[in-house]
Amino acid sequence: MRVELVKRKEHSRKMALLSPLIAVGLTAIAAGIIFSISGHNPLSGLYKFFIEPLTQEWSFNATIAKATPLILIACGLSVCYLSNNWNIGAEGQFIVGALFGSALPILMPDFENAATLPLMMVFGVIGGALWALIPAVLKTRFNTNEILTSLMLVYVASLLLDYLVRGPWRDPGGYNFPESAMFSDAATLSTIPGTSLSFAAPITLIVAIVLAVILGKTLKGFEIRVMGESPRAGSFAGFSAKKLTLFSFATAGGLAGLAGTMEVSGALNQLLPTISPGYGFTAIIVAFLGRLNPFGIIVAGFVLALSYIGGEAVQSAMGVSNKIASVIQGLLLFFVLACDTLILYRIRFVGRRGSAGEASHV
Amino acid sequence: MGDGVAETVTTTGDAGMARQSRSGKDTLLDARGLTKRFGDILANDRVDLVINRGEIHALLGENGAGKSTLVKMFYGSLEPDGGEILWQGRRVDIGNPAAARDLGIGMVFQHFSLFEALSVVENIALALPNPGRMSELSNRIQSVSRDYGLPLNPGDIVADLPVGIRQRIEIVRCLLQEPQLIIMDEPTSVLTPQEADLLFLTLERLAKEGCAVLYISHRLEEVKRICHHATILRHGQVVRECDPTKETPASLASMMVGADVASVSASAQKPVIGETRLALKNLSAKAATPFATALNNVSLDLRAGEVVAIAGVAGNGQGELFDAISGEMPVAADMVVLDGKPCGNRNITWRRRQNAAFVPEERLGHGAVPGMKLSQNIVLTRHSTGDKLVSAAFLSAANAGKMEQRIKKTYDVRMSHDDPEARSLSGGNLQKFVVGRELDRKPGVLIVNQPTWGVDAGAAALIRQALIDLARSGSAVLVISQDLDEIFEIADRIAVISRGYLSAAEPTDDMNRERVGLLMAGGAEAQGEVA
Amino acid sequence: MFEAVLLTVITAATPLLIAAIGELVVERSGVLNLGVEGMMIMGAVVGFAVANQTGSGTLGVIAAVAAGMAMSALFGFLVLVLVTNQVATGLALTILGIGFSGLIGEAFIGIPGLKLPDLYIPVLSEIPFFGPVFFQQDALVYISFALVIAVAYFLFRTRLGLVLRSVGDNHGSAHALGYSVIRIRFAAVLFGGACAGLAGAYMSLAYTPQWVENMTAGRGWIALALVVFSSWLPLRVVIGAYLFGAVSVLNLHAQAVELDIPSQLLSSLPYLATILVLVLISANRRLTLVNTPACLGKPFVPDR
Repeated sequence: MRVELVKRKEHSRKMALLSPLIAVGLTAIAAGIIFSISGHNPLSGLYKFFIEPLTQEWSFNATIAKATPLILIACGLSVCYLSNNWNIGAEGQFIVGALFGSALPILMPDFENAATLPLMMVFGVIGGALWALIPAVLKTRFNTNEILTSLMLVYVASLLLDYLVRGPWRDPGGYNFPESAMFSDAATLSTIPGTSLSFAAPITLIVAIVLAVILGKTLKGFEIRVMGESPRAGSFAGFSAKKLTLFSFATAGGLAGLAGTMEVSGALNQLLPTISPGYGFTAIIVAFLGRLNPFGIIVAGFVLALSYIGGEAVQSAMGVSNKIASVIQGLLLFFVLACDTLILYRIRFVGRRGSAGEASHV
Repeated sequence: MGDGVAETVTTTGDAGMARQSRSGKDTLLDARGLTKRFGDILANDRVDLVINRGEIHALLGENGAGKSTLVKMFYGSLEPDGGEILWQGRRVDIGNPAAARDLGIGMVFQHFSLFEALSVVENIALALPNPGRMSELSNRIQSVSRDYGLPLNPGDIVADLPVGIRQRIEIVRCLLQEPQLIIMDEPTSVLTPQEADLLFLTLERLAKEGCAVLYISHRLEEVKRICHHATILRHGQVVRECDPTKETPASLASMMVGADVASVSASAQKPVIGETRLALKNLSAKAATPFATALNNVSLDLRAGEVVAIAGVAGNGQGELFDAISGEMPVAADMVVLDGKPCGNRNITWRRRQNAAFVPEERLGHGAVPGMKLSQNIVLTRHSTGDKLVSAAFLSAANAGKMEQRIKKTYDVRMSHDDPEARSLSGGNLQKFVVGRELDRKPGVLIVNQPTWGVDAGAAALIRQALIDLARSGSAVLVISQDLDEIFEIADRIAVISRGYLSAAEPTDDMNRERVGLLMAGGAEAQGEVA
Repeated sequence: MFEAVLLTVITAATPLLIAAIGELVVERSGVLNLGVEGMMIMGAVVGFAVANQTGSGTLGVIAAVAAGMAMSALFGFLVLVLVTNQVATGLALTILGIGFSGLIGEAFIGIPGLKLPDLYIPVLSEIPFFGPVFFQQDALVYISFALVIAVAYFLFRTRLGLVLRSVGDNHGSAHALGYSVIRIRFAAVLFGGACAGLAGAYMSLAYTPQWVENMTAGRGWIALALVVFSSWLPLRVVIGAYLFGAVSVLNLHAQAVELDIPSQLLSSLPYLATILVLVLISANRRLTLVNTPACLGKPFVPDR
């Protein structure tokens, strides 16, 4: 038997909606298989992993807290990927954003007023954007492959963070632990009154909505999509590929930097040698699962956040390693990419050569 | 499917009779009832074809008539869904191109099947079953190519070679396989008239040696001149067979189209020449990539009311010239002057606002975004030309939709449902849309690169008439084309581009094919260097 | 002293060399597999686990190669049969590999590993200086050089190598001439996976004979950069790999001479050097455009 692709005349709208759902379904099946291979009941494993975290308030809130940075970063990445700019260094932009944002409370701990937090956020955006602009400038000026440079800068950013928290930014009163001093209240992103949710969540929601409007309704959004699908046609339309590369990287880096700042000022309250469980990479999966659409990304962000919480849940309840979460994340991206084929192609399974009449269509 | 041989049905009695009488002991290839389906489209519908030894057999038909599909089945690249192929009287199953080459079937592709990064000898070795040592093969290539008057240097890298030489590689590659049947897909579309004459000599020699040639072309003059027999396809079916020497180009054309072809003529209405609207002054540009052509001191005045055509073989700088005029490739300001305003360094949007419009060669991926709807593709070129498609950075889908309806109606763009994605349109319909999108603006200056390349006769006639009408209404039209028939049909003046040099534009009445051919083959270059 | 430095350079360069020479073949066929890091880390963990369970380094190496190939087969199916985006799929392969290796390797953290033995080449190994440096290495070091020579010979001296290059240059033409583009590419992708797996085995069985999570630390990505650095020419990969090997052991030796430079800066040198090299190579547009396989990363769907 062989698999044949038959090109559709146009994109299938139905499949564009269905493909992420199919991918999640296939991932659940694969996860079930992994649970049973490791000697656990697949159904209860799946329930603990995907459903239970949503049933309790604390774990639901924890899911939102994890989903927030993922969504924010993925929104920025969608601008890059839609315009065919392969920024895979969001993890580094997240870290550098956090460093810029933390500079204020760490270097000027006495600067405590209403402007502290907004200023930190602005610094975070600037830091992330500047870090992202390095690969963008190298791409536009020297034609350097942005995939490799943006990724290399992730390692550099992690080492920079490591250096700072072990060196100049280490808490002087912290018994030599590799961590910065705790932030003051003015530098802490508070929770929404009456809930245990950080203000990061509504800020992220607003960003996603604004981005959805820009992408769907404005000439800028049109430019982004045209450049991604057909750069030659984009230049014929009068759009500049180089300017858009700078724009998209700056946007993605800025949002990742904002996420980084909100993470350290909201969730951690200090700098540690590690401040992210791989948000910048997981956000890549979120962006694709959300079909590079801000509303899709919000949903996808929840699904991926669930995998973090679910991983912890199955570890404590069933003794399955929480590493299973990253396996499931990886499988999910594979299935998403495979299912996206259905949007542009029909798949034919052909029996033997010459018996095309028996082909079945999907 | 599998209709079987017994059911072979011919659509006209004539064709059936012809097959009966034509197949005999000299028959090389006898195709019976070949059928090929792509999804809902029947690309070949019970096609019968007989090719005899020593015969140059023309395969005629419009774009989309099914010629390429048919020859791909002969060459083993496509698998028939029904019918059978007899080779020298024996039923054969040609599963892949290697099997076809083993039988003695060779093919010269329209868009060459060459590898740019590889050398001539490596390219040829890839098509031979047992190429042997590279040094020996190089010697064979040199002797065979010299013998046929198609000299080649085996060590050259293909990327460095001009189109004419590239075709030579394909032909020599075929000859080294000692084929009994050579299939040629539009071989002269990339040649100057003089190079084509050379090719015809080679073909005649091959035919004398007993080799058969299946010759696909839409240049009916040359079919009449060199072919012994012609089979005409329409909508995937054989509609006629004839002896082309006894036909006229016009009669062959009407067989292909199934109706009389409306001819367009620029001379029907004399132009009223106005002032210069577009001036190119010593336009020069370095080659941006190793595969591009440099432009050298190109000068041209394009005046209101006239159609000027630029002839030339593909790859002589047409694309670069288009990009320099449109603004996609910036040059020095005074090299391009629109209505008196130097603008060589301005971008394409600025030039559009000066009422210039552009239609590039590649419809899909340059002139239009394949995966976007037509209404969105309208925004592509008209977002900044005061058409109310964008207000305060927001797009107006409603206005774009209205405009799409208007263009669709005015330029007869046919589609299966409303506002489809550009990629789903046929070549002719998409070209009508892309040209219509610009004509709809009534541009003062219009630059079109290959306006009717790969477009069916009906759409081509409509587009050519529209270009003439625009010029006669007072605009200036520049047409870049490889199609000499088209150029002589619509141009008031003709210039020729060769290796990035442009000859002086001369009135069409003072030009003829021989002269254009000489300019194509390097005369333009010589003229440019003197100037 | 110099001898000792050179020895560490060879150890650091070997995994880069093996992974890069594999990816070079993949890219020559027109496929961009960004999943080298993921295949490599899977090779490392599987190689370590099997060697640890069986006590045989050879079995460990074989298992690592198989793991790399299995990963690459997954990638090959997606990008060649389902025509998914090669960049995104390669990324997915890396994410999956890092996840899976973490899961598999959890049981092996902190367990002392098994080091591949050094093979002493008779006579040659007794030459002063050259002997210990070049002829007292483990088998994989010799294999890495054999691979480079074999790949160079294959690509430029054999018919199959010519076919592979032709597929990378113009898949449409290769298809028209009757070559099975997908099959040839699949074979190239599998070879790349085998090499990445082997490079991973070198990490966990020779470089640091133990399992540490994420122990490849971006070497798969650096291998990708090395392919660009080499302009797709096998012998230049050797130069690149040894250059990077030298940069990455600076950290080790700087500590020995007690330089007052933050260790993090030294650790980041290979990454910064990668960026610098990419900039220098890519800035020469003519060079990169002429040598890049023309179909690199482009999807291919045969018409039927």
